[in-house]
Formats: sequence, structure tokens, C-alpha cells
Amino acid sequence: MTPPALSPEASQGFSGNFRKSSYSLKLWLGIAWVGFLTLPWYAAYDGFWSFIWITDGYPAFDEYSPGILQITMHQRWWLWPVALSLLVPLPALFLPRTDPRHIAALLLGGGFGFAYMFAQGFILGLHGWGWVFLGDLFGSTTQTQMGLGYGALLVCAGFLFLFTQGLAARGAIKGDIFVSGSIGLSIAMVTAFVFFPVGKILINALKNDEGEYVFSLFLKNISSNNIWSLACLNSEFSCGVAWNSLWMGVLVGLATTVLGLAFALLVTRTGMQAKGFVRTISLLPIITPPFVIGLALILLFGRAGAVNAFLEWAFDITPTRWIYGLTGILIAQILAFTPIAFLVLIGVVEGVSPSMEEAAQTLHASPWQTFWTVSLPLMRPGLANAFLLGFIESLADFGNPLVLGGQYEVLSTQIFFAIAGAQGDLGMAAVLAIVLLMFTLSAFYAQRRWLGKKSYATVTGKGDAGMHVMLPKRVAWGAYLTAMPFIALSLVVYGMILFGGFVETWGYKHNFTFKHYIDEFSIHWSEQYGIIWDGAAWNSFWTTLQISAISAPLTAGLGLLTAYILVRQKFWGKDVFEFLTMLSFAVPGTVIGVGYILAFNVPPIEITGTGVILVVCFIFRNMPTGIRAGIAAMSQLDPSLDEASLTLGARSFTTLRRVLLPLLRPAIIAALVFSFVRAMTAISAVIFLVSADYDMATSYILGRVEFGDYGLAIAYSSVLILVMLGAIALIQLAVGKRELGRRDSEPLAI
Amino acid sequence: MGNTETAVEFRNVTKAYGDVRAVRNFSFSIERGKLVTLLGPSGCGKTTTLRLIAGLEMVTEGNIFIGGKEVTRLSASDRDVSMVFQSYALFPHMTVMQNVSYGLTMSRLTKAQVSEKALEGLELVGLTGFGGRLPSQLSGGQQQRVAVARALVLEPEVLLFDEPLSNLDAKLRRRVREEIRELQQKLELTTVYVTHDQEEALAVSDRIIVMNEAVIAQEGTPRQLYEEPDSLFVADFIGDANLAKAELVQLDGKEAEVNIGGFTMRLPHRGLASGAVNVAIRPQAILLQSSGEQTGIPGTIQKAIYLGNHIEYTIDSPVGELFMIDNQVDQLQPSGSKVTISFLRRGVSLVRAD
Repeated sequence: MTPPALSPEASQGFSGNFRKSSYSLKLWLGIAWVGFLTLPWYAAYDGFWSFIWITDGYPAFDEYSPGILQITMHQRWWLWPVALSLLVPLPALFLPRTDPRHIAALLLGGGFGFAYMFAQGFILGLHGWGWVFLGDLFGSTTQTQMGLGYGALLVCAGFLFLFTQGLAARGAIKGDIFVSGSIGLSIAMVTAFVFFPVGKILINALKNDEGEYVFSLFLKNISSNNIWSLACLNSEFSCGVAWNSLWMGVLVGLATTVLGLAFALLVTRTGMQAKGFVRTISLLPIITPPFVIGLALILLFGRAGAVNAFLEWAFDITPTRWIYGLTGILIAQILAFTPIAFLVLIGVVEGVSPSMEEAAQTLHASPWQTFWTVSLPLMRPGLANAFLLGFIESLADFGNPLVLGGQYEVLSTQIFFAIAGAQGDLGMAAVLAIVLLMFTLSAFYAQRRWLGKKSYATVTGKGDAGMHVMLPKRVAWGAYLTAMPFIALSLVVYGMILFGGFVETWGYKHNFTFKHYIDEFSIHWSEQYGIIWDGAAWNSFWTTLQISAISAPLTAGLGLLTAYILVRQKFWGKDVFEFLTMLSFAVPGTVIGVGYILAFNVPPIEITGTGVILVVCFIFRNMPTGIRAGIAAMSQLDPSLDEASLTLGARSFTTLRRVLLPLLRPAIIAALVFSFVRAMTAISAVIFLVSADYDMATSYILGRVEFGDYGLAIAYSSVLILVMLGAIALIQLAVGKRELGRRDSEPLAI
Repeated sequence: MGNTETAVEFRNVTKAYGDVRAVRNFSFSIERGKLVTLLGPSGCGKTTTLRLIAGLEMVTEGNIFIGGKEVTRLSASDRDVSMVFQSYALFPHMTVMQNVSYGLTMSRLTKAQVSEKALEGLELVGLTGFGGRLPSQLSGGQQQRVAVARALVLEPEVLLFDEPLSNLDAKLRRRVREEIRELQQKLELTTVYVTHDQEEALAVSDRIIVMNEAVIAQEGTPRQLYEEPDSLFVADFIGDANLAKAELVQLDGKEAEVNIGGFTMRLPHRGLASGAVNVAIRPQAILLQSSGEQTGIPGTIQKAIYLGNHIEYTIDSPVGELFMIDNQVDQLQPSGSKVTISFLRRGVSLVRAD
């Protein structure tokens, strides 16, 4: 009985769907086989993007052979199970999706294959056994292998997605292949690039120089006086680095939260003029490498700084070094991190439902009571978040304590010196990293405890047309008084950054010069070679741009995908998954940096010294922000939009692409801008991961600062800031606005 | 199409969220070309059932068949169903035409076929010429019709409606439900319709499945449900009903003599045995007589509400408080007056006690 007015295509849709669903199976099985049969199994020495192997002995040469030849030609017999696992899923191609044998083949082949790939990778490394006890158990071995290469990676991906397809065929995640694959991918990635390195730190902290596990050494290290001494309370000596860090983090967290709140209130709840100006000023520090602010402070308040020079000239006051130490670090970090608190809080302050405030007023609360008893408590999650961000950023910050710290030592700098310093003590670095991690995780835990299970949701689907209550007078004045000095100082600091690059040597020769820019960015034209980029900065500049441009879309993509999974999908273990993705944001950059060196300089994932490690690092450092931007935006979209798309026959990937992404444009812009900017300005993890081939702008600049070339450093920084402004404009242009036929899209919120 | 006349079948389907079972051991089948309504109070599991058919939720136990094929583990996009959402879920960034074409572009149709079918769909719902607008530029009723067009251009095996009228005002609601019913009958679409409004259910359905607390309370045609409710719940939910104790005096063929508080009448016995029984009495089936007449039971008017075309009375009687509707608006009985009440045979039915 076909409906009369319509044609018979409907009946095709059903069987056609079976063909569609096996497409993904064919794809990943094909990719895995291609990886196994044709591409180099191991990572060649010349980096991920090097294709020298094509002309250099492929396929027979040991280092470049694909998996199949590794087994047959190079006696790597332990790869046989990989080949077998690739055979197991083949029958699934000929069985319908609902057949239990189809499911079993995928689960078995994919699951075992994936597990085996990693097991063998860890068991056998570059120098034989991956773990010492294996040697004791089986005797020594002459077999060795390098890190996973293109072929092995494709096979891994194939196994992973075959396994998740098996789960989907069993009805997991509503039978959705794309979503189950995405979940599998995020879990695998977060495990490999967050938990594995952090775990590696823990293991390393237990080892002595010979690689043996000595628990007593760990106890001795972690309880050392250097870390925990309280001498500063009752004597001239300084306290342990842990207390120093904690004190600094708490102060910065509090100060940035209060300042951020003041700004958010001023911008949203007062009739203040020049709101756009305040917003712009507050955004500037986000596109500035944090330690550049420290640098500007030195140029202003340092011994030879502008202010001191003036005071000495005018009033004959002898310059002091007061800026070096905790005071200087605090000023620099507060200037650098307040904007982050501001951005977190402005969303929260705007989000407090006006009708709740109106309700309070109709119940006879005064504006002050309304603010104190209703508005402020509803902002609690935002305040907690802002504090946590400030606290973590401060603890992880590495540049400012290095530049301004003087005698005030903190964990992040100590970690750096433990690794880069003369002793090269990885174990000590690991111990310090654990202390740092303990602080941030406790703060993270405390924050979740404090917020508890109370619901602070004030934005509902229902129209909420009330008016926000204006700030009570005393709060408004308080906000002005807090914010204005900050703005003034910011302006002076940025003036310094802008003009500092044109002054020859601060404190000594104040003549106007282009020297620094020419040193860094000169270009010559030669008849023979064409353009010659002979400025000293070009190398790190291009690397930075390239790495940031590669990592930004990947970060935003993975972040939004994870947000989609968290907001829109229900699956077993989702709570844990959510906690873990958010946890990775509580790991300070310094810790991640140390973890990455420990984890990725040996097979199976061997990427130290390449550009890949920088890209990967940025992705996982910045992903939580992408996730939160995505979660916030996606929660505002009615879930029936995607359900409608699904019931109309679109797969979830198509739904994401055609329905959700166009509606998520503001969030995409925010995620792209943020990850790009963070990649350009990050230093704390980067300092451990740069290499001669892949030097980043920030580490280059910090190098110049250490040499005392302040002019060069400032000049380079202002170029970076301008480049980022340009890039932000470009991203907004490229992603475009969403057209809803009503109001315009919201203003950019990073 | 398929060789079966059953479009949707549930076999022992259970859906649990943790410990809470939203749907308990459900079995039913829906005949091809019919409109079946899932009716019940909020939280009874009707929307969950609809989402199970769509593939937006997966069963915990049991099997689902659509068009004779098992779809239990298939995702929503693999099932040949489409759905009209309560909120319409029109894609706000696409024009009406793009919305209606959306599902079609997912199948293997040429561009020309897609736009031809989409235009056909818009014509069916009377929105020819609106293709270029954005959903936000349409009225609520028009948006609703776009949602219907978008779902039915796919010629699905089953079309699902999730409370489609709840966002419309009362007058528009009546018109749109008639339009939906006409369209469904014209195209002979198998349709599953969810609502909590019993009048709406009676108006559009071929069959109604009444649900209560995650199980099926009764299934039947609108008439069966109204005239022969199986339970107190169904009697009360489908149209108002007064529930009263009565006594089945004796059986007589298909009928039985029933004594309701002293008033004796003959009713279909519906398989009940003699003894204490329950009766459901429709408000329209109660007759008022002036006090003193013979056939009837005494009562006292407690409350009288004048509503223009009828009067609602609340009456205290030997079988309990009764609610009745009287069309004789010119004879208002003031509260406190004594009356004699009797019952019309049509409008009173025996029900099993729950």
C-alpha cells in the first residue's frame, strides 16, 4: 500500500541504510589494511612530515618497511598477532549488522588488536625490553623497535574504530557509529596525552638515577626542606617553594577574581561609558605572552626603569629593587590573568536571571540586599571557576617568576631548573611536579565540593524578559575604585610594550631606533636566492605561526566534539569521562611539559623534538576551554533539533555538520581564537618541548630576556600581539555569522 | 511495500533508566495506514514509547519491528520513521525549503527530485510560496505545518507526532488536528500520535492506547474506550466519569441487573459476576428530577455553576458525590435544593475494580 500521492522511493531507504552503515566498516578496515601493507610501520627519524623514506630505501629498508615486510623480511615475528587481528573482522563485511557474529568479529578483532598494539609497543622498545623486570624474566633480547609510524598509527586507528563499531552494533550509544567512534577517540587521546604523561611523572618520581624504584628516595625528596620549609615565618631564611607557590597562587586567584568581578559588574550593570574600550583593554593581556607584562614592569619599575629614573632625577630617591620578588610577580600575574576571570564572570553575571532579582525586590529587599543575598550567591559557580583558573594559571606560570622572581622561588621555576639546570635531575622535577599537581587538584576538588550538587541554572528555555537590577551605589563605587587603577596600570604597561621596542637600551640610551625590529625581522632580496629572511626571529616566528595554525582547528574540533558528546549523548561512564576531561584542565602546563618529555622521548609514541609534540601539547592544554565554550553554547540549543535531523535520516556526523555547527558559530570562533592565541602565547609547557628545529616565539623571547636584550624581546612581543589581532579578525571573517533571521549573533566571548 | 499489514510491533519492550522503568513489558502492534494515539497523563511513558519507535532511545529489553523488520538495535537515522516534534525543531538557520528538503538530500535523490518532492510537500500543507522564508518569519501554525511537511515528504513507514498541538492556541488546535487527520487519511500514512489531551485523542485516532504508570491500561477504538472502559483509570481519563459502588443483582444473558444506590438498571455485564461492582457514570448520563418522583435516588445540590450552554452541578447522593452536566439552562436548581436523580443507560458502564 504505497501512499498514492507519493512515489516508491521510501521502500529503498531501508535496505539502503544497511549499505550506508557498512561504509564506515569498509573504510576503517581498508585504512587498517593499507596501513599494514603499504606504509612504514615505524616512525622514521626525520620527523612526521618528512617524506624522505619514499626515495630512501622504501619498502625493503628496515626502518621504512611496512608491517607485513617487518614480519617477513626483518624477523619481527611478534607482529603476527596484529595481522591475525586484521583478519578477524573480515567476515563482518558479509554479515548483516544485527548478526551476533558480525558484532563478535568487530569486538574481538578491534579490541584485541588495539590492546595488543600498545602492549607490544611498551614491552619492546628502542633498547630491547621496555621494562627491566621483563629482562629478568625472559633473559636479554637483541630485538628492538622504534616508535609507531604512519602504518602502525593507521592500524591502531582502524582497530579502535572497528571496536567502537562493534559496540555500536550491539546497540551502545543508540547504535550510533559516529558517536561511539568519537567517544572512543576522545578516551584514547585523553588517556595517551594527558593520563599517560602524568602517570609517567608519578612513576619517575619513584625512580633513582639508575632507574630503580626506591620508595625511600621518593619520601626523602617529597618531604625535603627545600619544598616545605617554614623558615620564613620566624627567621630571615626563605620558606619552601611549595609554600611560596601556594601563597602566590591564592593571592593571585583572589585578586583576579575580585578584579574580574568588578569589571564584569561595571560592564553589565552600570551605565558606564566606554564599555567597548574596557572590553578591549581587558582582552589585550590575553593576547600577550604573560611574562611580557613582567618584562614591561621591569622597564617601568626596575632599577634602571623609567619610574625610578624619573624619581632619581627629580627627587634624588635612590632606586631599589622592590619589583623583584613576590610583589613583582603578583602585579604581573594579576595584570596578566584578570582578563580570564573577567571573561568567565561576565557570562555568569549576565546569566543571573533578572526575574530572580526582580522577585527579590518585590519581596521588599533593598538593592544592596538583593545583590548580597540573591545575585552574588547565584554567581558562586562563576566565582569558584574564576578563582580556580587564576590559581592554576598562577601556579603554572613560569615566565613571570623567572623574570621577576629574584630570590622568591616557586615550583614552576624550580621544576625548570631541575631539568634544564646543571644537575638534570628528572626525579626531582617529577617530585616537584607532583607537589604542584597536588595543589591544583586539591583546588579543583575543593571547588567541586564547594559548589556541591546545588543547581545554579538560571538560564532556562523560557523567555525571561526582566531587567537586571542596577548595582547598589556602594558596590558600584567599590567596582570603580578597584577597576580604575588596574586600567591605568594596563595602559601604562601596554604603552611600554608598544614604545619599548623603539628605544635602544632602557635606562641608558633612550634614543628612538628601529634597530630591534631590523635585527629581528629584516628581509633581504638577493638576485641569487630570492627573498632572504635574515632577521633572527623569522625561524621561531614561522614555526609559531605554523604550529598555532595547525593546532587551533584541531583543538577547537576535538573540544567541540567532546562538548557534543558530553551535552548530547548518554552512555555508561559518562560522569567519569566528564570528570577526566575537566581534570586535564587542572594539570598545570609545567607539569604537562615535564610529563611529555618523560613519556614521549621513547617508543611507542616517540615525538620529542618534533613539531608534533608541540601541536599535541597545545591541543590537550587548550581543549578544556574549547569544551566549555562548546558546552555553554550547545546547552542553549534545543536537543530536538538534532533529534529531528536524526529521524529525517541524517547521520549524527551530518547532523553535527549541517545543523549544530552552523548554529554554534560564535562558540567555534571563541574556541578557534582562544586556542590560536594560547598556542602563540604559551610558555609554561612549551619551554620543555622546544627544540632547535622547532623553537617557539615565546621561548625565543624569554631567551632574549635572559640575555638582557629587553628591547629585542619587547619589539618581538609587540609584533606577536599585532599578528594575533590580525589573526582574530581573520578567523571571525572566515567562520562568519549565523543567520537566524532575528537578532545578530552574540558578541565574541572567549 | 512489505508483505505485512503490521507497520509497528513492540514485543515485551521494557525501557529502564537506572531503577526507574519508564516502559514496562510493552506489547502492541499498529496496523498499516492507521493513526494510533498514545494517550496518558504526563510521566506515563508515552513519549518514551514514541522515542523508542524513532530510535532516539534504545530498549532495555524486548524487540521492536518496523515494517516487519527488526530495528531494535538500529539508530534513528537507520530507521524508516520521521517525527514531528513538540517544539517543531525547525532548523532556525535554514529556509523553509531547506528544512523540508533536508531529509530528502540524505537519500539518493537528484537535486531535481529533491526540490520537486519538497515543493509537493509544501503544497500538501498549503504553504506554497513560503519556501524562501526563515522559520522565525512564520506564525506558530505555519511553523507546525512546515514540521509536518518536512516529516512526510520522506514517505516514512511510520510518521510520529509528539504532542504536536501543544504550542498552538485553543482555536487553532482544533483546525490543525483536523488537517493532520485529513492528510493522514488521504496519504494512508501509518501514524503514531502522542497526546495527553483525551479530546484530541478521540478526535483524530483510529485506535487509542491508554497508558498509565509505564503500562498499557487499555487499547481500543475511541468508542470502545469511552463506552466500555476496562478500569476506573480509563473511565476517568477518557471523558469525565463519576465512580460509584453498585451491586450486580443478577445476570441475564449478556446483560445484568445492577443496583446503584437503590436505582435499578440493566447494563451489559462485561464478564463480571454478581456481587459488589464499580460503575462509571458519565456526567451527561445523570438526569435531574424534581424531588418526590418515584424512580430515582434522592440527592442534594451542593454547588451549581452556570456556564452558558450548560450547568454543572455537584450533588450529594447515597452513592457519594456526583458531578453532572445539565443542558436545561432555564431550570437552574439552587444549591441546597432536594432532587431525585436517575441514570441513562447510555453513559453508565460496569468496570472492574483496579
